[in-house]
Amino acid sequence: MLSVRNLEVRYGDLIGVADVSLEVPQGGMVALLGSNGAGKTTTLNAIAGLIPASSGRIDFEGEPIAGRPAYAIVRKGLALSPEGWRLFTQQSVESNLRLGATPLADKSRLPDLLAHVYEIFPRLAERRRQRAGTMSGGERQMLAVGRALMSDPRLLMLDEPSLGLAPAIVESMYETFGRLHKAGLTILLAEQSVELALEFADHAYVLQVGRSVLSGPAAELADNAEVQRVYMGLG
Amino acid sequence: MTATLLQVIAGGLLLGALYALFASGLTLIWGMMNVVNFAHGDFVMLAMYTSFVVWKTLGLGPAASVPIAALVLATVGIVAYFALVRHVMRAPMIAQILATFGLALFLRYGVFWYFGANFLSLPDNLVGGTYDIWGIRLPAARLLAGAVALLVTAGLHLLLTRTMLGSRMLAVAEDEAAAQLMGIRPHRMQAVAWGLAAGAAGIAGALISTFFYISPTVGETLAIVAFVTVSLGGFGSVPGALVAGLLIGVIESLSAYWIGAVYKDIVTYSLFVAVLWLRPQGLMGKA
Repeated sequence: MLSVRNLEVRYGDLIGVADVSLEVPQGGMVALLGSNGAGKTTTLNAIAGLIPASSGRIDFEGEPIAGRPAYAIVRKGLALSPEGWRLFTQQSVESNLRLGATPLADKSRLPDLLAHVYEIFPRLAERRRQRAGTMSGGERQMLAVGRALMSDPRLLMLDEPSLGLAPAIVESMYETFGRLHKAGLTILLAEQSVELALEFADHAYVLQVGRSVLSGPAAELADNAEVQRVYMGLG
Repeated sequence: MTATLLQVIAGGLLLGALYALFASGLTLIWGMMNVVNFAHGDFVMLAMYTSFVVWKTLGLGPAASVPIAALVLATVGIVAYFALVRHVMRAPMIAQILATFGLALFLRYGVFWYFGANFLSLPDNLVGGTYDIWGIRLPAARLLAGAVALLVTAGLHLLLTRTMLGSRMLAVAEDEAAAQLMGIRPHRMQAVAWGLAAGAAGIAGALISTFFYISPTVGETLAIVAFVTVSLGGFGSVPGALVAGLLIGVIESLSAYWIGAVYKDIVTYSLFVAVLWLRPQGLMGKA
């Protein structure tokens, strides 16, 4: 469904991503692992069209999307819940969700999608009139995910959905992702918390200083001595 | 004495509503993309000439000139955005200042070349009569201008806060990249902002022309009032521009009444400096 080959992203003289290749199959839940600065966010931002790839190929459903602007890519069914949420803090929860539905070709589906998001995150329904900037971290994460879901994507990208949240909230957040995945949504997520991601994902890639160095089924990576030593603090 | 004072205050409020209207265009563009439009006063000037041409060629008053000026200026604003502003948005501040200042000079001397430097004015009876409201006598032209300006300013505020279009514009203003992730095209929203801001200036100009002289440099004077209004109200705030516009209108009228018309600008600019000194974020702006 999504295929990234030899992606390179430069910020002037700096190299954000040197050589990343990955595949996300239809219906898969793929984790992008690595420490801070490994290039996870840069990779997702390049796929979403927020930053240009300096070389490499990005194909979504067989169509090359590298070099297309972000507003065109989300219309193809590829949504990103970005790092740091990037909510419209001055606007209400419901306005944020409605903005998320901008890419919909058929606007009459908006009420159903809104009801669907409120069903997934009842907390957002309670706070629909509240300004997004006044919410707690967990609620902001829910809103960021809900907003991305409003475009009814076929592939949802989640950038560090556990960052800065309490463990109990992270756990329930991942259970929600698991349910969305079981319902048929394809997910690509970047995560620092390796153990957690490997528990939920079915396939994973490990990035190191801007390169994909290791990949495999999640269960195999979880047993990999190298992964255990470097990322899980075991052995 | 009291009746006179009330009349002065009422006149100030009506003038202030016009200040609010064209200042809200300036504040909208600043709020959307942190660009100061130095040509904003000249947009108002261009609208005054549009109104003059509408009267001269068609013999029509504000009922025709206000919508025509709104459309003409909205077009000018959108063209200015795509032809000029879009290319300097990421450039240093000085390039933006020179670009919009250059646009101001282009419009000013374009009009100067075509219409000449002579002061023009519309006939006094185009919006004739004087209304007597609770003993306060107000010329119909000013009453009409103030009322329409107030309505349009309120409409602009409602558009921004209550509609999907406004929500998208505010989204672009707050976080352009995140707005793109929502499928919003930032350039399109910014072009709409320029269209609305210039259109508001167009309405203000057509209204002002019914009771004020028309000259190629009139925009200069009006632009300074708009800058004072925006900095007093807080950059980026339409309600702030409304409150500040009304306040400046009343202060100008009162100082013209008490001290003399020649000195009213001194009071306005003293206020401007005082605000910058004591409360640089403006009355309703965020620190």
